[in-house]
Amino acid sequence: MSEQNNISCACNGGAPKAVKDEAGVGRILLLQALAVAAWYFLYLQLLPFSEWFAYGLLGLDPASHLGSAVQFFVYDTPKVLMLLLLVVYGVGILRSFVTVNWTRAFLAGKRESAGNVLAAGLGVVTPFCSCSAVPLFIGFMTAGIPLGVTFSFLIAAPMVNEIALVLLYGLLGWKVAALYFATGIGIAVVAGWVMGRMRLEQYVEDWVREIRAGEAAEEPHMTWRDRFIYALESVRDIVGRVWKFVVLGIAAGAAIHGYVPEGQLAVIMGSEAWWSVPLSVLLGIPMYTNAAGIIPVVEALLGKGAALGTTLAFMMSVIALSFPEMVILRKVLKPRLIAAFIGVVGCGILIVGYLFNTII
Amino acid sequence: MKILVMGPGCPKCEQAEKTVRDAVAEAGIAADIEKVKDFQEIAKYGVFSTPAVVIDGEVKVVGKAPSKKDVLGWLK
Repeated sequence: MSEQNNISCACNGGAPKAVKDEAGVGRILLLQALAVAAWYFLYLQLLPFSEWFAYGLLGLDPASHLGSAVQFFVYDTPKVLMLLLLVVYGVGILRSFVTVNWTRAFLAGKRESAGNVLAAGLGVVTPFCSCSAVPLFIGFMTAGIPLGVTFSFLIAAPMVNEIALVLLYGLLGWKVAALYFATGIGIAVVAGWVMGRMRLEQYVEDWVREIRAGEAAEEPHMTWRDRFIYALESVRDIVGRVWKFVVLGIAAGAAIHGYVPEGQLAVIMGSEAWWSVPLSVLLGIPMYTNAAGIIPVVEALLGKGAALGTTLAFMMSVIALSFPEMVILRKVLKPRLIAAFIGVVGCGILIVGYLFNTII
Repeated sequence: MKILVMGPGCPKCEQAEKTVRDAVAEAGIAADIEKVKDFQEIAKYGVFSTPAVVIDGEVKVVGKAPSKKDVLGWLK
């Protein structure tokens, strides 16, 4: 990255470049403000447009199956994609500050309890993919971060993700999105804390404990301009990757919306069936999918009588207890620690499932 | 010149390796490119987020796949 050069040559060429960057930043900020205004204007047109398109242009009957499915699809697809653009960009800016090395340095020396809460919070915004779980785990261990705090981070990172939040907000409203966020963080904090109490350090693979890693490799310094570019890149990368799943998911959702009879799912996924929560957690573990594909379907299921707790439990288990991630973690954790991880997180998800089925 | 591309083999790590190979071919430099998958080896360089690129022992990027322009800049 070119910033690397900026550090080494800051003494002779740093100042003029900084001034130029600042002028550029003003222009970028103005452009961003205009883009947000345009975004908002467009967003307001989506509902009237979808109604005009389905009922006016195509002449479909609002009360018909096809009419409601088409309107749902034409409204929800651009809505969710627009929300994703905005949120992924915002989170991208945030992520340019909260790097893995920064997180590691920040959490080092934090005690348990407070450390669990901070780790879970940081897990939400830190750039992290499941194949980075192992290096990140090693990084945390070598920085002396307690095992329980590390797990709070490892649980929160995949479980509470911005794409899932956008989809839940866009399709089910802010209350469900807030519930998902709060319970996801809650599980990460409590599960991490419980695992810390269990004193499981001896079940970390020996070679990990023997590593005496030195300093973390320095990450290049970023200017504001770099941060905007970084955020744009993450939009291109993330939205470019998930939009297909979103469209497919919403299409499946629209079909269920229009054609599956009301209440039919209540028998198997309703709150009456006590076994539906553990069953959906078990079903979720071997599944490999992402939030983008699963949530639009979840939304449609809910509309047909599935219980919220059961559905949330299924979703969380798919995202947080994925089998592929366990295989990766096996390189640094002994089987007993992986079992404890699955057990503690699984219990947390079960509790969330039953809780929501009871109170809603 | 010795270039290490670090990563367990996720799509981004493969992308990083491809970018590095393309850039080296474009620059016409003789470089020894090696893929490092061993986490112990990766941790020795203080790298806790993958992909990462190390050139002649110096860590150039951590946690993201570099662009070809970035790599060409490092090769100079």
